[in-house]
Amino acid sequence: MTLPAVNRDPHGDPDRRREGSTQPAPTARPPVARRRGRRMRRFTRRDVGVLGVVVGAALLLDIGLIWGPTVASLGLSFTDWNGIGDLRWHGTENYHDLANEYPPFWRAARNNVLWLAFLGLIATPLGLFFAVLLDKQIRFSRFYQSAFYFPVVLSLAVVGFIAQLVYSRDYGALNAIIGRTDSPTDWLGNPDINIWVVMVAAAWRHVGYVMILYLAGLKAVDPALKEAAVIDGANEAQTFFQVVFPTLRPVNIIVLVITVIEALRAFDIVYAINKGRNGLELLSTLITENIVGEASRIGFGSAIAVILLAISVGFIAVYLSQVFREDGR
Amino acid sequence: MTAAVESRRRRPVRPLRLLLHGFLILVSLGWLAPLLLSVYASLRPYSETAAKGYFSLPDRITLQYYVDAWQQAELPKYYLNTLLITVPAIVLTLFLASFVAFAISRVRVPGSMALLILFTAGNLLPQQVLITPLYALYNLIPLPWWASDSLTLYDTYLGVMLIHVAFQTGFCVFVLANYMRALPEEISEAAIMDGAGVWRQYWQVTLPLCKPALAALATLQFAWMYNDFLWALVLMSSGDKLPITSALNNLRGQFFTDYNLLAAGAVLVALPTVIVFNLLQKQFIAGLTLGSTKG
Repeated sequence: MTLPAVNRDPHGDPDRRREGSTQPAPTARPPVARRRGRRMRRFTRRDVGVLGVVVGAALLLDIGLIWGPTVASLGLSFTDWNGIGDLRWHGTENYHDLANEYPPFWRAARNNVLWLAFLGLIATPLGLFFAVLLDKQIRFSRFYQSAFYFPVVLSLAVVGFIAQLVYSRDYGALNAIIGRTDSPTDWLGNPDINIWVVMVAAAWRHVGYVMILYLAGLKAVDPALKEAAVIDGANEAQTFFQVVFPTLRPVNIIVLVITVIEALRAFDIVYAINKGRNGLELLSTLITENIVGEASRIGFGSAIAVILLAISVGFIAVYLSQVFREDGR
Repeated sequence: MTAAVESRRRRPVRPLRLLLHGFLILVSLGWLAPLLLSVYASLRPYSETAAKGYFSLPDRITLQYYVDAWQQAELPKYYLNTLLITVPAIVLTLFLASFVAFAISRVRVPGSMALLILFTAGNLLPQQVLITPLYALYNLIPLPWWASDSLTLYDTYLGVMLIHVAFQTGFCVFVLANYMRALPEEISEAAIMDGAGVWRQYWQVTLPLCKPALAALATLQFAWMYNDFLWALVLMSSGDKLPITSALNNLRGQFFTDYNLLAAGAVLVALPTVIVFNLLQKQFIAGLTLGSTKG
């Protein structure tokens, strides 16, 4: 990570300057806090009432509809509730069944991992690549940008329907383009390959999202940094990987978390295609299937949800600690 | 001519640039191809594409599928359902989120950091994590007969609207709290000097300064709520109450699916977000990136 003399002097400077500029803030804080303390005492009863009612309403919704059910999922996962009867303690049996007697679970877990790897290793770098290309102040940049960004405004369910037109075995465009009309490939029906082509469709949308985030991040990079690196004789790749990319750290974290969350949330596309069966199982579709279907195995579905929760909580914590680190200082 | 020569002399056409453009044109057309294909497929009769495939020259172009989707599938009804859910949800989300953000970063109520974390983290949870108990909860919350056919929150516009509000408030609080923190401290001080209470500081002083952020968030929230598929799917049972994105599945037949009709439906469903995106592209992108870059 230590680099040639190239980038020691010139852009070490702006960095330090930038850090320096945030430093006065803590010293300026105490008086602000004192002033605020005085203000607190000046709250009238009406002020407290307004704050209490509106913040309280938002909290009620957030706790009642988001956090409450999340915690309840945890509790229900230890029961065998079917939605109507009594709650009966079931211990860790649901988890045991999940791991040992429910083959779709492992298929779904594998597909979620594949999904994450595909978005993380292919779609996200591609989005970064497009952002770097479009950041070069070339002509028609707006057109390219809109084209890449277009799928992002579409619902994933619509993306799922479009995927069926492209991948359909008998009439699909893909088989026609690659000239396989005689012995057509059943892209969506073959459980060995369908997850791959569906991930391509998901990536189609993800790339544009990542690109927009990186474009905003790249615009915020101090041009002096790049100039300094060029003057010092760094080539384009060096400038990017050793000078620009490290300054994108906050965007990187956000993109990482968005990628993980999107991979865990993936649902609409496969549900629109075949409700997540026959090779397209995902943890999310198994949950929905276990509660909406006739089975109504709420305890069992909750156990799957808890596994999803456990994975996401780790990443949410990483994200929050990154985002709020500045405030903690 | 001379101007062109001059400009060329000033900035010579680099072969690398041409290569870059060639690459970008190719890729961006490829990126748009699936969309163009859907539009194209929706304009052709099923019998024709069934015989020749979607990737073929047309014999006949027809708008019949749009007429079918519009009339037989009763799309207008579903658009209306979506409006009934999204418009109040956006207004309520922005109101609650902006007030909570105001309480966090301007008033700095005690525990504001915990509030911020609670709201932000809630928005990052995968929906499926909470969907099961939410479904059960909705079946338990009673509503009077005039508000709900099921006598519970389940299968009501209100229920779907509320979960949108609860879920999206998290994101908006996060964005707006950062935005408001960047506003100069002096403005609220001046308002306090004038004896403005908390409500007036919020409504008359802070909120007008947040218009750009609110516009960006409203655009983004519209797209997200409009595009939502899961909430209505799980929290509603009457097919005719579904919002449009979830209703798209209805265009699929039980035994036979006319994909061209489905394509027309998909185009019609995508149209509003596409229009909003083109009109408000700046707000849209600002909304997304507000969340990722501080302030």
